[in-house]
Amino acid sequence: MDLRDTPEEAQFRAEVRAWIQENLPDELRGHRGGAARFEGEALRAWSRALSDAGYPGLTWPAEYGGRGAPYSFQAIFYEEMARAEAPPHVGVIGLGMAGPTIMAHGTDAQKERYLAKILSAEEIWCQGFSEPNAGSDLAAVQTAVTLAPDGTRFIVNGQKVWSSYAHIADFCILVGRGDPDAPRYQNLTYVIVDMHAPGVEVRPLRQITGEAEFNEIFLTDVEVPRENLLGEIGQGWQVAMTTLLHERATLGFALTTTLEVGVRKLFSLVRERGADDPLTRDRVAREWIELQALKLTNYRALTRLMQTGIPGPEGSGVKLHWSEQNQRLTKLALELHGPEAQLLDGESGGYWQFQQLRSRGNTIEAGSSEVLRNIIAERVLGLPRSR
Amino acid sequence: MNFAFTEEQEQLKQEARSFLGGKPEPAWRELAELGWLGVSVPEELGGAGLGFLEEAVLFEELGRALYAGPYFATVGLALPALGDEELSRVAAGDERWSAEIDGLVPDLGSVDWVVTDDGAARAEGEVLPTVDETRPLGRLVAADGDRAPLAGTLDRSRTLAALACEAVGIAQKALELGVEYASTRHQFGKPIGVYQAVSHKLADTYVETELGRSLAYWAAWCVAEGDEEAPLAAAAAKAFCSEVAVAACERAIQVHGGIGFTWEHVLHRYYKRAQWIESFWGFPAEHRAAVAAHMLEGARDGIPVRVA
Repeated sequence: MDLRDTPEEAQFRAEVRAWIQENLPDELRGHRGGAARFEGEALRAWSRALSDAGYPGLTWPAEYGGRGAPYSFQAIFYEEMARAEAPPHVGVIGLGMAGPTIMAHGTDAQKERYLAKILSAEEIWCQGFSEPNAGSDLAAVQTAVTLAPDGTRFIVNGQKVWSSYAHIADFCILVGRGDPDAPRYQNLTYVIVDMHAPGVEVRPLRQITGEAEFNEIFLTDVEVPRENLLGEIGQGWQVAMTTLLHERATLGFALTTTLEVGVRKLFSLVRERGADDPLTRDRVAREWIELQALKLTNYRALTRLMQTGIPGPEGSGVKLHWSEQNQRLTKLALELHGPEAQLLDGESGGYWQFQQLRSRGNTIEAGSSEVLRNIIAERVLGLPRSR
Repeated sequence: MNFAFTEEQEQLKQEARSFLGGKPEPAWRELAELGWLGVSVPEELGGAGLGFLEEAVLFEELGRALYAGPYFATVGLALPALGDEELSRVAAGDERWSAEIDGLVPDLGSVDWVVTDDGAARAEGEVLPTVDETRPLGRLVAADGDRAPLAGTLDRSRTLAALACEAVGIAQKALELGVEYASTRHQFGKPIGVYQAVSHKLADTYVETELGRSLAYWAAWCVAEGDEEAPLAAAAAKAFCSEVAVAACERAIQVHGGIGFTWEHVLHRYYKRAQWIESFWGFPAEHRAAVAAHMLEGARDGIPVRVA
């Protein structure tokens, strides 16, 4: 056990810190996220700068254009981004989900075609998993991915929902029903859909925050070439599990990063407003302690991953706890504003008002808290299945 | 960065678990024979010359087994105050120690000596009726000036880290008991663990226990390394882990229903130990106040860049 950086890690940390210091524009520091993260040239330019510096795909193998660095470097990168309150790369779905899935299940041609442009931020990806009638129950998706009679292409018809980045995306990783008659878990087909193809319509979905951060995707007779199939027809569930595994493996660090920014801002707020109230002090101490617990739990999971290649169960509760903590933290921040908490143009410029409303989505997106508790109960604790 | 125990430490954990599983109430002499009393005592004094991480492993397992002897009092509390002669007697199993904290002495009735602010006192006084009967508190007879000098001082961070590790062991055991009961107890024709009102409680205990474990090991590492963040880590770990252990027992009692509320079932003992830990040397709010002072008025910019 040694919680200090190794010499290599320390060197990498110093490099990243200096690079961010030099390259992060002041106006992007402390970026509030939300829909604003898609807008404006500054954010695209920031993503390209990150790509040019080789920070996305740190852990990707060198043969796919990555650095082949250990996972600890990824963690250091996230920590330094949080420290600088820097906005994330715009290609998170490509980097965290589509890329790893293509590396695991893609053909050589697919790897050749897509991976480099994910790393370079030239092409943006979105995810088409959830549907109006299939949220937590992915195997129940209804979007049809039907092989045309001549076998050269699929015809896709259906509707996807809660799709971040869809309005600016070039490609979508989409799971649909490949064989309506096959049994559950053998009925899905996973394809790469060109978001610029005829029949793809993206409609922004206005959320509780008033912003349209997510989208609905309507697919009408969209033609998808057969070479865009990932895995086999009917094996989409297995491919999707790879995507979700990667989402969860790297998610912990990304989430903790956003929470750390929140705790930093909370501390500033408390200092500005006078830090005398013992109750407030108790509550902010709790936020820091639990943030620290999440970070450390990520490190335990990371060590296990580096030693065995398999993520351990320790990290399975990180998203669950993070989402509930973020909801509690943002409410506390609003409370510290006192009677001005309802004002959108107060001194924090609506930052906390936005974060508090946005946080309600945290316990729903990327695995609802109810589903995550079921997963822990059944797969980690071995309790009898509830369904 | 490497946040895992070594193979030897993992092995010690397995040995401790298996030994305590067969014999949850070993004699003091047996602990000396196992080498547990002198884990961090230098080899030339008859100890193993290891560090606090190895002791942390044992505290967790002793917590899980609800060990009732003065191991915490001797090794977790008094040890840093002792000189070479006392240490060698402790390692040999010839002397048991405790310390006076906030006017109270854990396990006063089963130790020989007590560390006080004024030196070492003979363990003479009154053992007080205590909620956790397995770790009773006592009060020394009024100071009579008859105190022997001590070579060192108590180390609050070390003690808090030890308690955090014990608390993790307790939470883990409460979770295991809850899972076992929910898997075997049937109502309405099904094991009650299929009901999410039951299983989700246990899932929450799992998540909190893992978060607490991370804090406890961090604190233990800081203590073992003499890291300057040890006071912060220990305060955070003690505050969080003790609350986690209490909540874990409360959920386990609820999952057990009526039997969990009885004297017959072991859960009440775990619950009382968890509460003992929560109360000793500062309730969680006191430690959170220390954390807040460190973060809001301390020299740092708010959050450690790295955990250490």
